[in-house]
Amino acid sequence: MSNPIPALAICLPLLGALLVLANKDRPNLRDGISLVTTVLLFFLVLSLYGPVMAGEQPAWQFISPIPGLAMGFRVEPLGLMFATVASGLWIVTTVYAIGYMRRNKEKRHTMFFFCFAVAIAAAMGVAFSADLLTLFVFYEALTLSTYPLVAHKQTKEARRGAKIYLAFLLTTSIGLLLVAIIATYATAGTLQFTPGGVLTDKLSVTGLTILVCLFCFGIGKAALMPVHRWLPSAMVAPTPVSALLHAVAVVKAGVFTIVKVVVYIIGVDNLAQTGAGDIVLWTAAFTLTFASVIALRKDNLKARLAYSTVAQLAYVVLGAMLANSAGLLGASMQIPMHAVGKITLFFCAGSIYVATHKTEISQLDGLGHRMPFTFAAFFIGSVSIIGLPPMGGAWSKWFLLMGTADAQQWILMGLLLLSSLMNIAYLLPIVGRGFFRPLPAEEASRLPAGTIEESPMTCVIPLSVTAAGCVALFLYADAIHDFLLPLFP
Amino acid sequence: MIGLLNYWVVFALMLLGLYMTISSSNLVKKVVGLNIFQTSVFIFFISMGKVTGGTAPILDEAYSAYSNPLPHVLILTAIVVGVATTALALALIVRIREGYGSIEESYIRDKDRESGS
Amino acid sequence: MSAQLPILQLLFPLIAAPICSLLHNRNAAWLLSALATWASLATAIGLYYQTANGAELIYEVGGWPPPWGISVNIDSLNALVLLLITGMASVLVVAFPASLTIQWLGSRARLYYTAYLLCFASLIGITITGDAFNVFVFLEISSLSTYALVAMGRDRRAQLAAFRYLIMGTVGATFILISVGLLYMATGTLNMADLAERIPALHDSTVVRAAFGFFIVGAGVKVAMFPMHFWLPSAYSFAPSIASAFLAATATKVAVYVMLRFIFGVFGAELFFDVLALDQVFLALAVVGIVVGSLAALYQDDIKAVLAYSSVAQLSYMVLGIAVGTASGLTAAVVHIFNHGLIKAALFIVLAGIFVRFQCTRLSDLAGLGKFAPWTVGAFGVGAMSLIGIPGTAGFISKWYLLLSVLEHAWWFVALVIIASSLLALAYMWRVIDALWLKEPSQLVTERGREAPLRMLIPAWVLALANFFFGIDTTVTLGAAGRAVASLLGVSA
Repeated sequence: MSNPIPALAICLPLLGALLVLANKDRPNLRDGISLVTTVLLFFLVLSLYGPVMAGEQPAWQFISPIPGLAMGFRVEPLGLMFATVASGLWIVTTVYAIGYMRRNKEKRHTMFFFCFAVAIAAAMGVAFSADLLTLFVFYEALTLSTYPLVAHKQTKEARRGAKIYLAFLLTTSIGLLLVAIIATYATAGTLQFTPGGVLTDKLSVTGLTILVCLFCFGIGKAALMPVHRWLPSAMVAPTPVSALLHAVAVVKAGVFTIVKVVVYIIGVDNLAQTGAGDIVLWTAAFTLTFASVIALRKDNLKARLAYSTVAQLAYVVLGAMLANSAGLLGASMQIPMHAVGKITLFFCAGSIYVATHKTEISQLDGLGHRMPFTFAAFFIGSVSIIGLPPMGGAWSKWFLLMGTADAQQWILMGLLLLSSLMNIAYLLPIVGRGFFRPLPAEEASRLPAGTIEESPMTCVIPLSVTAAGCVALFLYADAIHDFLLPLFP
Repeated sequence: MIGLLNYWVVFALMLLGLYMTISSSNLVKKVVGLNIFQTSVFIFFISMGKVTGGTAPILDEAYSAYSNPLPHVLILTAIVVGVATTALALALIVRIREGYGSIEESYIRDKDRESGS
Repeated sequence: MSAQLPILQLLFPLIAAPICSLLHNRNAAWLLSALATWASLATAIGLYYQTANGAELIYEVGGWPPPWGISVNIDSLNALVLLLITGMASVLVVAFPASLTIQWLGSRARLYYTAYLLCFASLIGITITGDAFNVFVFLEISSLSTYALVAMGRDRRAQLAAFRYLIMGTVGATFILISVGLLYMATGTLNMADLAERIPALHDSTVVRAAFGFFIVGAGVKVAMFPMHFWLPSAYSFAPSIASAFLAATATKVAVYVMLRFIFGVFGAELFFDVLALDQVFLALAVVGIVVGSLAALYQDDIKAVLAYSSVAQLSYMVLGIAVGTASGLTAAVVHIFNHGLIKAALFIVLAGIFVRFQCTRLSDLAGLGKFAPWTVGAFGVGAMSLIGIPGTAGFISKWYLLLSVLEHAWWFVALVIIASSLLALAYMWRVIDALWLKEPSQLVTERGREAPLRMLIPAWVLALANFFFGIDTTVTLGAAGRAVASLLGVSA
């Protein structure tokens, strides 16, 4: 059953990237091409739902560089979900980026949109990989293509941040992940993603524990402590980059890979029976608690959001390591839920920056009345991240709590609840400042009270859309749930 | 009977040449050492082909024992190679002297260090 | 005609060389060398397909049957090496004229071409011959022409480097000569196939063991195996850059081939592994060589020196593959011979292009070149990716096999060393890329920064894309390596 659509989904953004490059002197056409590509890609991804819902797994094998080591694509529900999230949010981010970049008079637009498109192509590759090696190739491509985006501002600080970004991701992936892949091949003789895993009864518990650690720390994009340092450093990037890459494509590629490895390589039952994931489980628990504490202490808005991301990603890892149905379901659902919530928050941070050039939380007093849409969206996104109804984030947190209960890990359950409390403590005061504190005197005198001074429409519309998405995900979560359930019986 | 004497001679020459190549600081002396080293190997080949009582391998009714000609032929080639090597080495030394004004390795090393390499 | 193929590829350059030395017209000399090189490539491709079914071609030079005459043997192993030598030379020869426009080299173009053709011919000779003494002769021809090529560098240190290489190289070659003499003493033959038959009965013979020892040291110098690698960094750094490209891609690779051929095709794996346990020695030296080479590469300012030290480490990978000795280990060694040749040719040819523009390859002087010459630096980036071993590139294939073979033995420590050295490769190549792409342009670059000449840029990209091609389609490399390893292990069994 050979189906070229997964391959097309990778070629399409690449083609868009080339067209962007070719039209670098015609900004409107160039941005138009970006937009059209995003929409086409989204529909291409949606077209895969038909066969997948019918139980098929469209596959496309392209090469076999080493005998017994095929490389190719295969669409399964988890990857399709990730691809939908990435491609769908790419549309809104592109709209947002066009407004943001033009308003801020950022330079080198063409390079920006080019790398953006290449990064999405790489994310699609990660989503549809049929084996670990293909996944690894696109994982590295994602790192390399996002590097120029992080360094986009070309300031000394930006270069330093980008260097840390690259150093962490490349070192962990080559030093640990590749070892894990080769060790997997050496023991199992295959790298194909196989339901039920390929490592059952092939390794001792110690060996499996080491392998799980190699995978989880090697996938640096999942930002498990202590390999999380790149994430705050990468926040020097322009906000649309932070939004798409560090709330959606890059970090989610990381946790998605971990979930995929647990489900299709290690095997959920295998992990549950051996308890080989315990070290990573507790590291994730530590990460989500500790990152929340750090986030509380950050005054820079993007830095706080960055540490919040670190914590939220640890939820996914934790869910995967619980190795039971509810845990994995929670982990998987956390991917779209957190993506939509966090991208809203980043959009808001960028919107505030575009309108007022403010970056610190302590400067936000009273801005809520000036920018009601932005702050309302920020509130909605925050509630979703915290995990309260009626926002999508509530469901993933719910299933994660169920997962800890099923595994009878009461301490973990406590930590999850504690972390939710901390989420409230570091997110909601931002909204509070905006609405309930008065504007600083000199600014208040500049404009009459009640004037609305929002960022451009191209910024406001995307963030309103994603905020609405948070609510929609709450209402239609059962669709995602039913779609994923067959994977985790 | 000379027993293993020829091998001992070869061995001594070999070590002598090698020692000279490594230890002298003068580039020409290095080449001389290299030549001694190579020559020892030539002698080794030549003595190896010698058959006691044998004569040059020109077929004749009067003789029944001949020396083995093969090693001798091989060593002719090796001598040619050795001559070429020596010629190239000497040419290089001329060029090195033009560049550095000396053929003493210690002096050259100091000069390289001065020029901040 | 096709029966004469095995010897033809040697004859083209060998006949062209003396003619070339008489051609005072630079373009004529180039054309002749290029034609000879391409003719050899065509022959090598023909031979590859003749051996693709695992057959071994035996050609009797002058009609004398071995062991009296010299035979030329072509099997899958040397067909692959031939493909590498002739292929790399064919691409690099395109770039020669552009890189010889620099003044002090331009006047010597015909001599350069002569030396190159001799070196090229003798490398082919080493690879195809079935006679142990013949190996020595061709080895010396290739060495002598290499010394001449190195000495053509502009810097006065080039002559010194050539001289030092000459001393070490001659000692090494003489060691091989001693080894050949001892082998003849013990067995009475010089034909490799005959030697392989007679040696197993003589495992206890001190003469054979001494011959093996002398051979390993002598070949070790040519391979630049740690600790006999000292000649390599300075020779590659000071030779004309385009000559470095040719030498790095071919000369050391042929030396590794000789080592493989003698260990498995002459002395026998049993003597190497079981009787003398030399694999332990190789393993230790390879590990140290990998670490030392990678670390030294990290601290070089001259990009050519970075690549040269990296070669020391990469050659140690091949030695490691030999030490592992299993099918996958040898496959790694054989494939890496090919892939590493490809990588280093691509990287060095870019440097040669840069050198034509700036007359230097120092990292500190070339900062920010990427803004002025994105294609030039881009080709270097591709080569760097392959050197690090990113999947999808040729470098990954060999590294994959090497790691697998090490894991088969459960040598975790060695696996760690390989991974660590990959990370070091990432670090030292990153240093270069970082300086070339991301730093503010230096004064020199701002004044004279532009792309390498087109005639060098195109070969550079051909090689760079070949790195992708052989990382994705491995039927040629892995296929030949698989057959070669089967025959190597078959001979020794």
